[in-house]
Amino acid sequence: MPLLEVEALSVEFPTRRGVLKALDRVSFAIRAGEVLGMVGESGAGKSLTGAAIIGLLERPGLISGGRILLEGKRIDGLPPEEMRRIRGRRIGAIFQDPLTTLDPLYTVGRQLAETMQVHLGIPGAEARRRAVDWLAQVGIPAPEERVDSYPHEFSGGMRQRVVIALALCAEPRLVIADEPTTALDVSIQAQIIALLKRLARDHGTSVMLITHDMGVIAETADRVAVMYAGRIVELGPVARVIRHPAHPYTEGLMASIPMLEERRGRLAQIEGAMPRLSAIPPGCPFSPRCPKVFARCAEERPELMPAGETEAACWFHAPALAEAAHG
Amino acid sequence: MGEAATADGATLFEAEHVTRLFDVSGPWLRRVTNGEKQRFLRAVDDVSFTIGRGSTLALVGESGCGKSTMARLAVGLHAPSRGAIRFAGKPLAAARAEAGLRRRMNMIFQDPYASLNPRWRVARIIAEPIRAFGMLGGARAIAARVAELLVQVGLQPSDGEKFPHEFSGGQRQRISIARALSSEPEFLVCDEPTSALDVSVQAQILNLMRDLQRRLDLTYLFISHNLAVVRHMSDRLGVMYLGRIVEIGPAEEIFSVPRHPYTRMLLDAIPDLAPDRMAGGRSRVPIAGEVPSPITPPPGCSFHPRCPLANARCREERPEYMVAGATRVACHAVAEGRLPA
Repeated sequence: MPLLEVEALSVEFPTRRGVLKALDRVSFAIRAGEVLGMVGESGAGKSLTGAAIIGLLERPGLISGGRILLEGKRIDGLPPEEMRRIRGRRIGAIFQDPLTTLDPLYTVGRQLAETMQVHLGIPGAEARRRAVDWLAQVGIPAPEERVDSYPHEFSGGMRQRVVIALALCAEPRLVIADEPTTALDVSIQAQIIALLKRLARDHGTSVMLITHDMGVIAETADRVAVMYAGRIVELGPVARVIRHPAHPYTEGLMASIPMLEERRGRLAQIEGAMPRLSAIPPGCPFSPRCPKVFARCAEERPELMPAGETEAACWFHAPALAEAAHG
Repeated sequence: MGEAATADGATLFEAEHVTRLFDVSGPWLRRVTNGEKQRFLRAVDDVSFTIGRGSTLALVGESGCGKSTMARLAVGLHAPSRGAIRFAGKPLAAARAEAGLRRRMNMIFQDPYASLNPRWRVARIIAEPIRAFGMLGGARAIAARVAELLVQVGLQPSDGEKFPHEFSGGQRQRISIARALSSEPEFLVCDEPTSALDVSVQAQILNLMRDLQRRLDLTYLFISHNLAVVRHMSDRLGVMYLGRIVEIGPAEEIFSVPRHPYTRMLLDAIPDLAPDRMAGGRSRVPIAGEVPSPITPPPGCSFHPRCPLANARCREERPEYMVAGATRVACHAVAEGRLPA
C-alpha cells in the first residue's frame, strides 16, 4: 500500500463569474521512502495540490471531488482539529519562505521542543536535548548556543535548515516541501537539497517536492509528476521523463531550459502561455499550443496512459494511434 | 587598468575602478552617544570592465555580490563613490546631462509587475520616453511608433489599449522591453530580466532579446544569478563576489576553463539536467559556508573563508588581477599555480 494516495482530486474556487476548476482529477501515489517531484509553471496547480493534502487550502478554495488517503485512511474533509494533529505529526511541511513557518517571538529551540512535546509527548528537558541534536543534524554550527537564538538571528540558508529540522522533528511519514530552495542562492540551494535528501533517506521519510526547477527535481526525486493547467500531464521515473519525455508539454518545457553544457544559441520555446483557469480549453488543455495536435485533442480529455516508460495524458499515446505509428 | 584589447569592435561602455559605498551607520545621535563609528557597505569594489558595441557582457553572482548596484551605476541611478564610468567616450554624468545621449541608454528591470504603472494604458507607458525626449511630434506619429514597437516585441498593436494587469508576466516583460526600446537606445542594462518568469516564458523573452540585439545592434549589460541563462546570452562574462569581479573574460572560455575557485564552485553548484548528475548519479558539490556580510568583508581575498585552496597569503593579502588566457582573474592560487587542473 502506498503511503499517500491521491485519487481524482479536484479543487474549485467559486467566484462571482462562475466556478474555477484549479485542480482537475489529479491522481498519484507516493510510496514509503520515495521522493516524488511535482513540477510545473506558476498556476499549474502544484502548490495547490500540496495545500489540499495538508488541509491548508485557502478560502474560498474547496475540495470538490476525489479522495486523499494517508496510510489507507482518508484525510480529506477531516475536522480542522484532527487535521492539525496530522499536520506536524504525520505530515511535515517546508515552505519557500522560512519566516512563514518560524515564529519570530520564540527561540528556535523552544519551537523545536514544543513540536516534539506536543506530537511525541516527550518531556521538556529531553525535548530540549533533542532540539540541540536536530540543529546539529541539519548542520547549524554550535547548536548548544544557537538553540537559544531567535529566527531573525539566522541567515536565510540557516533558517531554512531550522525549518527542515522543525518539519522532521516529529518524525512524520511524509514531508511536503513547497519550493524549499527557491528563495536561496545557488550555493546555499545545493546545501539544502543535499541535506533534505540525506535526512529523508536516514529517517525513511517520503517527500513530495514541489518546485518549478527541473534541475532540483532531477537530482532529488525518484519520480516526477508534471502539471499543466490543474492536471498531471506526465508521471514517471525522473530520468525517463527528463531524457525521453512523452508528453509534448514536458518535451517543450525541457527544451526551453537553458543548459550549461550548451553553447550560446537560440532556446526552443513553446509558443503562447498556459491558459487562465477561466479559459481552459476543452479536451486536452495543452492542445492550442501543442505541435502534435490532432482532431481528437480538442474534443476529448486524455487521461494518464502508458507512454513508453512513463505515463502521459496525451492522445498521441492512445493504443490505436500508437500502433498505427509504430506498426 | 583597462582591457581595451578584449572588446569586440568599438567600446561603448566602460567602467574604470568603480567603487560604490553605502553609508549604513546608525543614527547620528546614537553614534555620538555610544561612540559608534561610521560604517560603510562596499557594494561595488574597484570594478573595471568594458563592453564593445553590439555585444553582451553578463555579470553573474549570488545575492549581495553587487551586480544590481553595478547595473544601477551603469545607467546613472547611483553615482560611483570612486572611479569613472564612460558611455560613448564621455563621462556618464556628462552623457546623462545630454538628452541626445541619455536616450541612448535604458534599463529593463526584474519585476514586470512593479515596473509598469498600473493606471496607465500600455500605449501611454510605451509612448512616454518618446514624448519625454521629444522624439516624434504629433499623436498619429507616436501611435504608429507604439504600434510598431508592440509588434517588434511580439504583441498586437491593439494591446496598447489595455492596462498592464490584463497581461501575463511574460507579456508584461515584453511591454517593459518595448518601453525600453522606444527611445531608440543602443545600450540596455537588463537586471535579472527573466528571473520572475517561468522557464518556457523565459525562453521566449531571452530569444526575443537576442533577436532584437541582432536586428537593432544593441549592446547589453546583462545581470543575472543564473549561469545557464548567462551562458545563452553573453559574449563576455564577469563573475562577482562581495562587490568585486573575481574573474572576467570571454564567456566561452570561462565556461570551458573556469579558473577562480569561486567560479568553479558556482558552476558545480548549479542543479543540472545532464544525465550523470541526476538522482543516483553524481550529486553536485555544495559550496561550504555562506556569503559573509559585505559590511565586514573578510580581510585578504574575500572568498578565502569558503575557498578550499586558501592559505595564509589569501587570508592577509588581497589578490590583484592577473591575466590567464583571455581572462583576468584575482586569485593567489591561480597566480601561484596551486590550482588543481
